Amino acid sequence: MAAPAAAPATALSPSRAGGPAPALVTRGLTKRFRSGQVAVDGLDLVVPAGSVFGFLGPNGSGKTTTIRMVLGLVAATSGSAELLGVAVPAAAATVLRRVGALIEGPAFHPYLSGRANLERLDAADALADPRTTRQRVGRALERVGLTAAAGKRYRAYSLGMRQRLGLAAALLHPRELLVLDEPTNGLDPQGTREVRALVRDLAAEGATVFLSSHLLSEVEQVCSHVAILRSGRLVAQGSLAELGAAGERRLRVETSEPGRAADVLASLGCRGVERFGDGAGAVLDGVTPEHACAALVTAGVPVRGLVVRRPSLEDTFVSLTGEGFDVDQ
Amino acid sequence: MSTSSIAEAEAGSAPVRPARGRGRRPALGRLLRSELGLVFRRRRNLVLLAVLALVPVLIGTAVELSSSAPNAGEGPPFIERVAGNGLFLALVSLVAVLPLFLPLAVGVVSGDAVAGEANLGTLRYLLVVPVRRGRLLAVKYGALLAFCLAAALVVAGAGLAAGLALFGGGEVTLLSGATIPMSSALLRTLAIALYVGVSMAGLAAVGLFVSTLTEVPVAAMATTIALSVVSQVLDSIPQLAWLHPWLFSHYWLAFGDLLRSPVPTHDLALGLLTQAAYVAVFSALAWSRFSTSDVSS
Repeated sequence: MAAPAAAPATALSPSRAGGPAPALVTRGLTKRFRSGQVAVDGLDLVVPAGSVFGFLGPNGSGKTTTIRMVLGLVAATSGSAELLGVAVPAAAATVLRRVGALIEGPAFHPYLSGRANLERLDAADALADPRTTRQRVGRALERVGLTAAAGKRYRAYSLGMRQRLGLAAALLHPRELLVLDEPTNGLDPQGTREVRALVRDLAAEGATVFLSSHLLSEVEQVCSHVAILRSGRLVAQGSLAELGAAGERRLRVETSEPGRAADVLASLGCRGVERFGDGAGAVLDGVTPEHACAALVTAGVPVRGLVVRRPSLEDTFVSLTGEGFDVDQ
Repeated sequence: MSTSSIAEAEAGSAPVRPARGRGRRPALGRLLRSELGLVFRRRRNLVLLAVLALVPVLIGTAVELSSSAPNAGEGPPFIERVAGNGLFLALVSLVAVLPLFLPLAVGVVSGDAVAGEANLGTLRYLLVVPVRRGRLLAVKYGALLAFCLAAALVVAGAGLAAGLALFGGGEVTLLSGATIPMSSALLRTLAIALYVGVSMAGLAAVGLFVSTLTEVPVAAMATTIALSVVSQVLDSIPQLAWLHPWLFSHYWLAFGDLLRSPVPTHDLALGLLTQAAYVAVFSALAWSRFSTSDVSS
């Protein structure tokens, strides 16, 4: 179980070892809507500074409500949150400037051009320097590949272009934390790759990226840390390595004598031994793959191939929740 | 909240570049300009203003085409004097747009103020820029006030232009009997237009409040316009005389006093006071609602 990685008592003291404060911390964050529905239930998140943090959960699991609470849009029923070491929503007005956000899809004025929409957001920023607006807007548009369409009305943008404009808004000036809610929604495969590259660039520049998604594969490719949300509760959180280690590693032997291979694996004390037409498999439980390989060869099993498979995030998810990754009620 | 306090709070964060405008230009100005651009460049609002400008043209054309000028007491006040002096077309037009067209335009724009942004989803992005909710509300209301004044000035301006073109100008005989030169009559017309514009301030505040209650702009617009109609209906029921001074529409037509000499200020002052009271109450309500509401659109 990976949850201990988030043990609040130790992980929450920001000055520990003089390291930077976590980019985001929540303690018992809860949102109960007036309808009585609990959207987020006692969430304890710790997003380390500099991480690319995947915030995973099926549609309707409370990801967006969490993001809205953290950004001060929705008031928490109970619990607290800290953004970049500052309590929110109390100090949201000062700290949010250091945070770029894409929240539940892009939203802009349809009758304004992409450029005019970004200029409007920049005008709303009390601390932005109006003399650099054009330059910063231009750079943000360029970064998401929208320069050519900058003068077009937002109404005429495709879904992918809208998503890009939303990203550009989050990049109007350098940010310490980027909160990106489903950033690849509506993008074609090429656009998805570009966003992934952008996320890596931002992380390389030192920003923390908080990436919410319902696509496990997307998160697995770019994230260093992951939290999994299900029905408003945290199921697991930790670094990708920790979560991977939490699942079982399986050994798969390819051989012409599956029966004998299975016997050898069983004699080594492996659990979950299986036989296939072209090989055998088992859970590597305290047995190293090197040891298993040597034992197989010693026993005269003709080994054609040997694969150790770490569980994918999806396997981990399923093993943690016992369920598939579907829409929550 | 002062700009300097933010700058101090953020001084420690390297990537943030605080603005160092010449002489610390208030940051409110930039957002207000952006908001004014949004209100006055939006095609729908321009159509509303164009319709308002059309009213004097229609009335003027009707008067010009009719063979016999209406007798005193027929039609809207002042209309019998339009043919004699084009200046009066501005006044007739203001009287004509006051019951419906002007409140309609104000209702549409004010109902849209917050609900429109909530509906588009742009509200959440403005708030995380970040913009303080009180500041956003103040800017929204400032732009609404500008729209109210602009709408009244458009009607008066179009009325003057059409009136002078169709009927010419000249000295004006005031309601109190004295005759004043054209130039002071123009000043009085401007004052009347400003009074009418300010008379919409209360309705705009009501609209802003209604706009914070919903994410459906059309609902906020309809409610605001309906409230203006209700106010005028109540104002026309003699049995409710005790209520009349409290209605935001009660002193709308008090601008006629500006056509007397000396100007009786009693009703005009009460009219301005009523608007101020409505603005105070409804912007407070809007603030209390908006500052605590969940933005989930």
